[in-house]
Amino acid sequence: MNGAEILIDGLRREGVDTIFGYPGGVVIPIFDVLYSTKKIRFLLTRHEQGATHAADGYARSTGKVGVCLVTSGPGATNTITGISTAKLDSSPIVVISGQVATGNIGTDAFQETDMVGLTRSICKHNYLVKDVAELPKTIKEAFYIARTGRPGPVSIDIPVDVSNAKLRNYKYPESVNLPGYKPVKKGNNGQVKKLAEAIARSQKPLLYTGGGIISAEATAELLQLIQKTNIPVVTTLMGLGTVPYDHPCFLGMPGMHGRVAANKALLECDLLIGIGVRFDDRITGPRHTFARQATVAHIDIDPAEIGKNVKTDIPIVGDAKTVLRQLIEKVKPRTNNSWNERTEFWKEKYPLKYKDSGNEPVNPQYVIERLNSLIDKDAILVTDVGQNQMWSALHYNYRYPRKFLSSGGLGTMGFGLPAAMGAAFGNPDTQVVCISGDGGIQMNIQEFATCAINRIPVKIIVLNNAYLGMVRQWQDLFWNKRYAQVCLQRGPDCPDECHGSDENCPTNYLPDLVKVAEANGMTGYRAKTKTEVDEVLKRGLAEEGPVLMEFFVNREENVFPMVSAGKPLSDMMTGE
Amino acid sequence: MIEKHTIIVTVINSAGVLARVSGLLSQRGYNIESAIGAPTEDPNIYKLSLVVEETGEHIEQIIKQLNKLVDTVRVTDISHKDNYIVREYIILKIEVNEKKRSDFFELARVFKANLIDVATDHVILELAGTPRKVDRFIEMVKPYGIKEYIRSGEFAMAEYQTPKKGDNKNGD
Repeated sequence: MNGAEILIDGLRREGVDTIFGYPGGVVIPIFDVLYSTKKIRFLLTRHEQGATHAADGYARSTGKVGVCLVTSGPGATNTITGISTAKLDSSPIVVISGQVATGNIGTDAFQETDMVGLTRSICKHNYLVKDVAELPKTIKEAFYIARTGRPGPVSIDIPVDVSNAKLRNYKYPESVNLPGYKPVKKGNNGQVKKLAEAIARSQKPLLYTGGGIISAEATAELLQLIQKTNIPVVTTLMGLGTVPYDHPCFLGMPGMHGRVAANKALLECDLLIGIGVRFDDRITGPRHTFARQATVAHIDIDPAEIGKNVKTDIPIVGDAKTVLRQLIEKVKPRTNNSWNERTEFWKEKYPLKYKDSGNEPVNPQYVIERLNSLIDKDAILVTDVGQNQMWSALHYNYRYPRKFLSSGGLGTMGFGLPAAMGAAFGNPDTQVVCISGDGGIQMNIQEFATCAINRIPVKIIVLNNAYLGMVRQWQDLFWNKRYAQVCLQRGPDCPDECHGSDENCPTNYLPDLVKVAEANGMTGYRAKTKTEVDEVLKRGLAEEGPVLMEFFVNREENVFPMVSAGKPLSDMMTGE
Repeated sequence: MIEKHTIIVTVINSAGVLARVSGLLSQRGYNIESAIGAPTEDPNIYKLSLVVEETGEHIEQIIKQLNKLVDTVRVTDISHKDNYIVREYIILKIEVNEKKRSDFFELARVFKANLIDVATDHVILELAGTPRKVDRFIEMVKPYGIKEYIRSGEFAMAEYQTPKKGDNKNGD
């Protein structure tokens, strides 16, 4: 067998049935083998970034490893944003890139780029395969590393002569031998006991959970712990869906755009139990102001996360599922007390609010509220990044894990559509809806064609405010409304300094997204008024193939609540 | 408080492993004072000695991040541990004219520095010892006029009872 055949055989042995990618000179040998492999579906995206996000969306929604196959040079560099996105959100993907022949490496050959050098700091591990004999072991290790421990992206760079080289006595390894890589599953019993005791002592305990719950498939255990202890819970963007939005103990997402009740609970709790979270700055605000009053327990599979941002009193390294099981066994049942009542009071006192802008323009929050009623209950919602993302996180009724996908850590605009495409490809029987802004959708708009041609039924919602809305919001609140380069309709006739939209602004936004959809063979609908919202959503969601639903929303709507960058969580603006 | 720490990193002898370690430290904004690495008695194992000047909090993070590398087998911070032999090596070229030569040779003898070459206007010598001894020697020969020197950076070996395999790997 040659390298290309070994690669495809290895992928099949790892259970790969789907690959996203884009061909090129040095990967022709691999594509040629793939061409006649019936058991692996291949989705040809229109850009390598789209392929990488699609593999990521596939991985997040299915729990399997997403695979992406691209050529060397520009093909490889176009995957960088996708790899980095997957790294920051601990999503297991394997990115296979072609490389120039081993003899040409280092000569600045045509389409040569140092992929291992480029990806070193943005992936969990990477490989340059210089000898076909190392290929079987490399594939085995790459998948093992991507999916175990704290999941993450792994890059495999394969020179073209390695793909063509024959290997006698090919045998796929049955196990890996990685003396330096041994993820810990079980938590230290003593520490778990300490945590159980701390819970028993605590008057004001709070669970703070994140994406680690989803990676470890520990949703059932988390809900069981909450049932046994009635501890109020806040969930990060990456963890949305683990605790249903209407769970009595659920206080919402905390942080910069967190719910008031969630932030108030973080400020007042006396025991903070972080599980599968990384105390990100968007949650904590300035570190020295965060959870000063609380005993901090942190359960995480990655020892390097514990104590990285916030001083931890009870560190527990382990897999969330296993540790939660240990904890459930040790912890004493707890009944509601005045702390529960207090968090309940906050929830009631500070509901999500926004100013109704009448029939026209449409409130973006209203679109999401209506979507809640019209979307399938088990649908997958994929957001882009910015205001659309935060409105979705705040107003969408998430119910299940792996059904709310968003680029959290890297905050990658352009993630939404290709990730939704990958999710739809991996979940053919599930409704997949993508919510994007007009900025983000244009960053990977080439994938409209991919969706249409392959009949991938992604329902695309664009909340169009003709602004890069989140940056505009910051300029509005903190930069004296100096709207520097955030208006996507700004042209040569506009005044030098713009401080907001007025009657002179163009009303026909460019590009005409409905026409773009139609030009790509998709149906497009547009709503400019509140009364049209339901009809567009109903017709769009009922459509068989991919569809675009565009809503002209209130241009200068801001996301609230908000805590300014650099301010402690106590400085919440509610927008009133 | 910023402290100097010597960290021994045992890694799998794989392609690009040096770049992985040094890249990791620069990526997270840590300063390396010196780094040396070489293969060991086991051809699959490579050992690196790093000297970093950072706060205790950062040192803890550095050790955890180093441990996180797939190729890392063990990370040991040997600072404040007395069971390690720590050495450094230096080669110096010093301006010494005939008048001062006998004085200088006396100094070199006290430090057990090894003479490599003598020319009319300079001498070249080598010295191995504790980092403190190397520092002290540099200080002592400074008045003669140092033309050039190169230091190896620190490296170390456990004298007795090396920490168990996988030590530090789990963090709790």
